Amino acid sequence: MLALILFFIFAALCVGGAINLLVQKHPINSALSLIVVMGSLALIYLLLGAEFVAAVQVIVYAGAVMVLFVFVIMLLNAGAEERLSQGSKVATILGVPALIIGFGITAALVSHITGLDRIAIGGPTVMNGADVFGNPQAVGHLLFRDYLLPFEVTSILILVAIMGAVVLARREE
Amino acid sequence: MVPLSYYLVLSAILFGCGVAGFLIKRNIITIFLSIELMLNGVNLTFVAFAAQLKSLDGHIFVFFVMVVAAAEAAVGLAIIIAVFRTRETLNVDRVNLLKL
Amino acid sequence: MSIGTFIIVSIVKILLAVFILLTAVAYVVLLERKVVAHMQNRWGPTRVGPFGIWQPLADGLKFIFKEDLTPPYVNKPLYMLAPIIAVTTALTSIAVIPVGPWIKLGSISTPLQITDVNIGLLVILGVTSVGVYGVALAGWSSNSKYSMLGGLRASAQMISYEVALGLSLIGVLIYTGSFSLSDIVNQQTGTWFGFIPKWNIFQGQIVAFFIYIMAAYAETNRIPFDLPEAETELVAGYHTEYSSMKFAMFFMAEYANMVTVACLASVLFLGGWTGPVFGPPLVQSLLPVFWFALRVFIFMFIYIWVRGTLPRFRYDQLMAFGWKFLLPLAIANIVVTALVVAVK
Repeated sequence: MLALILFFIFAALCVGGAINLLVQKHPINSALSLIVVMGSLALIYLLLGAEFVAAVQVIVYAGAVMVLFVFVIMLLNAGAEERLSQGSKVATILGVPALIIGFGITAALVSHITGLDRIAIGGPTVMNGADVFGNPQAVGHLLFRDYLLPFEVTSILILVAIMGAVVLARREE
Repeated sequence: MVPLSYYLVLSAILFGCGVAGFLIKRNIITIFLSIELMLNGVNLTFVAFAAQLKSLDGHIFVFFVMVVAAAEAAVGLAIIIAVFRTRETLNVDRVNLLKL
Repeated sequence: MSIGTFIIVSIVKILLAVFILLTAVAYVVLLERKVVAHMQNRWGPTRVGPFGIWQPLADGLKFIFKEDLTPPYVNKPLYMLAPIIAVTTALTSIAVIPVGPWIKLGSISTPLQITDVNIGLLVILGVTSVGVYGVALAGWSSNSKYSMLGGLRASAQMISYEVALGLSLIGVLIYTGSFSLSDIVNQQTGTWFGFIPKWNIFQGQIVAFFIYIMAAYAETNRIPFDLPEAETELVAGYHTEYSSMKFAMFFMAEYANMVTVACLASVLFLGGWTGPVFGPPLVQSLLPVFWFALRVFIFMFIYIWVRGTLPRFRYDQLMAFGWKFLLPLAIANIVVTALVVAVK
């Protein structure tokens, strides 16, 4: 019961933040609402027993990637959004909610047909710590044994990304 | 206990918001934010199924998605800064020429 | 322990921790004024009470009664939000820091920390990384060039040094094999040859300790890395436009962060609460807390000492130092530590 209440609180925060991202005109408000989404998602991950992923979500996403976004918005002094292309107003007003609700209904239908909505996960066992299986030790064992090669490949990806960012953002002499 | 489908519906809604933002927004930074929102929606699905299957592979996938997202953000923001230097704008409608 | 007692004990611990932290913050400010004054051949505050001991109270009253100005042209919601973010994150990270071992009060036995989570260190890193938003938003929303420059500098500096800070902790984690801070302390109990304590700093983590100190000074925006609020060029940096309680919140956040950093240093490198324990049972249960507080006090004194001694870096020097010196050194430390542990 407690898990359900907590889930609804954080799910409401998530959806509210995501919709606020769409509504806001200024990019910094959008960025801040995305941070709210990410923080609430981290707490939902904790409900699912994924300790490590929750911590990494906060450190990497909310603490590093989004700081970079906010930094760039500040650096470029980005103003409110201006609209040049006049799309159809009706399409925006009706289409966006339809798109979001459509995705939601599709997920609900698919999970109903496949019987996934009768499986309940999370709950009191997770909160007692008995069901926490995503602890850092377990994730580390899996990551550095079974997924060692993909892990090393991501380090190359990061290296390429660092060099690319430096080359792209450098001022030409 | 929370039914698994609730998590799936929530992630679908987040993904839908991301798609909508990607389509209607005109500021290139907000478009990037929408992409991050979509990735987050997908991550929730991975973690929910990992909890259902009692298997950690979903968490590893989330880890890889985060690495890719971080790399994408770094390169993408560098591109945004480069574009802003030459065009003095962040509006994607104004960035419509291959060469100035 | 039933859920009711658990909640009551937790609330008591939270109130106690916040009260002690805020008092510590107030008196660290006084300590700083006194120590720096004596280093510069002055007396510092002397008027309010003996040796100026009630000065923090007077300062607090002054902050409350000052006029709370909100400049025109600020982005009001974010201007209000920024100090709240700063102070909340600064106070939150104390929640996972253990100040002592388990104690028994009648039938209740509880650890001397608000909560002992499995991922304690990651919680601290996460909370402090979110704290950057307070500074960045304050700089941006004030709509003033000094605040803006301060905010930009602060966010760039804090992101850069967070990397070195995080990497300097990895060596300790390799030794311990746990993110739980109480596990890290428990692993450091005992001595070699009867007198050298088994602190991590004596287990080969001395380089990591110095990387940690330098990165921590930069993270908390202290001299010699206090460029975000460099008063000779930026007035006051990101909190130029703030006054009254909002300014006081930034001030409290900065000093609370310093205390947290000092607590973390003593937990990770200096053996936490370990130390000689003797005497009657009550003294025995309180001595670990005293040893912990002593370490934190020494660390804070060094903070102030450095402030009274060193000049400020130039901004390019700061960035070069972080990326070109601290980061490679931290990575080398990880490699060496990993090799040592692997050979063992």
